[in-house]
Amino acid sequence: MDVERRSVAPIIPPVKPRKLAKVPFVELADGRLQGVVSSGSDVERVYVSSIGAGSHGLSCSTNNNRPCGGLRGSYPCKHLQALLDEAVLQYGADRVARYLRIDVEEGRSLTAGLRAHHEPSPAATVFSSFLRHLAYLELPDTTAPVPELHWFPSVGAAH
Amino acid sequence: MLPTQLSALLADPAPGVPEALDLVSSFDQGLVDGLARVSPSAFGGLVDAFAGSPLRDRVAEAADKIAAGSISDEHLFVLAGARSALFGAVHDALLGQADAALGRTRASWPGGSGDAATAANLLAGSRSWLRELAITGWRGVDHDLVTAAGQTIEAALAEPRLRRLATLLDGLAAELRACSPIATMDRLPVRRWGDLWSRAMLLAQDGGRLTPSEPVTGRLLVLGADVHEHATAVQIQVHGILETPGTAPRLVRTSVAAPKVDTIVGPAVWRLFAAHPVLLGALAERLTLDVTDLPLLDSGDLLWSDARAKAGPPADPFATARVLLAGAAAPAVPPLERHPARISEPVFVEGYTAVDGAFTLGDRTIAVDTTRLPSCGPLTPQLVAASHACIGLLRWDDGGWSLQPIAVLTMVKRQPVGVHTTDWALGPTDPKVVKAAAAAGDAVAVLRERAGRLLRK
Repeated sequence: MDVERRSVAPIIPPVKPRKLAKVPFVELADGRLQGVVSSGSDVERVYVSSIGAGSHGLSCSTNNNRPCGGLRGSYPCKHLQALLDEAVLQYGADRVARYLRIDVEEGRSLTAGLRAHHEPSPAATVFSSFLRHLAYLELPDTTAPVPELHWFPSVGAAH
Repeated sequence: MLPTQLSALLADPAPGVPEALDLVSSFDQGLVDGLARVSPSAFGGLVDAFAGSPLRDRVAEAADKIAAGSISDEHLFVLAGARSALFGAVHDALLGQADAALGRTRASWPGGSGDAATAANLLAGSRSWLRELAITGWRGVDHDLVTAAGQTIEAALAEPRLRRLATLLDGLAAELRACSPIATMDRLPVRRWGDLWSRAMLLAQDGGRLTPSEPVTGRLLVLGADVHEHATAVQIQVHGILETPGTAPRLVRTSVAAPKVDTIVGPAVWRLFAAHPVLLGALAERLTLDVTDLPLLDSGDLLWSDARAKAGPPADPFATARVLLAGAAAPAVPPLERHPARISEPVFVEGYTAVDGAFTLGDRTIAVDTTRLPSCGPLTPQLVAASHACIGLLRWDDGGWSLQPIAVLTMVKRQPVGVHTTDWALGPTDPKVVKAAAAAGDAVAVLRERAGRLLRK
């Protein structure tokens, strides 16, 4: 298939279904891999976690900026680990590594390639991104045809 | 589709198509490097091609100005229009070829169009981003340039009249973001991004206009559905045959589209259409639909409303396809939608041999596009390969025709069984998929619950 001469060509690999309860939100934005991670022990607690692109600065805190007790030195806490794992599921390891600028050695995990250090960043921007993301689900559907979507076929079944 | 019809479809490539596509490619190369860097002769071919057209003077002026470094919205609009006109001509040649091969009669476009959208600021904001893209060129696009469209897209999505433009820009932005930095990409989807940019540029003039409609009352027999999806949108486009008193059966489409998030995929997308239980029920259970005073656009699109429809007795789409499809009249295509990517003509095929991703019928072979099988339904490449009858959509891309299956008949325990893309419209029926769906939970509910925890702290 000649991707240069086709109107319809797969550019973004289809997202694989993943369970959302543990990591409801992941995005590559604002120069970070960032997202929202559920606490493993307390159903009422939610963490906002991020890894900086290039800098590999790690941040993990509750929404009111209380720091995560598991994140001390330069090793990602289990929330950051979960964030990275789900990001790989959602975007593929290549895209995550390219965005974070991680040099991945053959057969090693992305975590092994992080030159990580603790670098707290505010949770509020991630939280507002999550709300913006959810705003899509509040928009009404439409019964007027959107012919432009012919360029975007649903392609999952063959994968 | 009979062997002789497939033969006729594939016999002679439509004349002029390769030449038109070459012209498009030279324009698209300008978008790769950026219009700030095009050579003065870059659009010479385009200017010559329009020498005999009413667009002649405007195309020549736009090409001159842009080559001289003066890149205005108006000139970009003219070039986007010229590129779209070339594809319009290609579309007409191809669809004419398909209609002739299939013996399909098509209505001619009656003219007329609805109101323009009034959201001037959002339209101007969209054009401004498209202009930046064109000046910079795909090779120069990075995360910052993609992110610059965020607010405009967000606001446009909330404006119902701009849904087409917003959905298109959001899809294009997501691709550019996923590929950034594009400078390091090996091969770019040059034609695709040229298509999306040009269509967006046209829609950013007036938001796109709805075509005139008339209310219809009758019976809709479903043939099947095509599913369109990107990270933040999904559309179910149902193809069917409309029977109304005193009129010959007509091919129609009806669509429902919903915004979504990237983590809602597979059978979960059907839940986004829960506001249309009559339509989903008829799709899942293969029922006829009685419609009353439903607006039918001149483009052959029924504007769906559950309140104006009632499910009737069962109707096997394969029976509909066998009995009614060959004689059904096809609708006209709105002038601004004429592009080969929109061609999706329903056909019924049987008696073929399925080998290596293609169907051989008589002495001709047509590629079967199983990449377009949607993840929200049970149809798989394996089922297509094992099938003996198929309802599909004729498609055209990169110089060739293909068939996109939307339903197949296969033998299960010596009985023919139909498998349709819409079988899971009321929820999956395959026990394995049901189990996986139950384990994952209702994605929308999970997301809202987690967001609520953040709000309460």
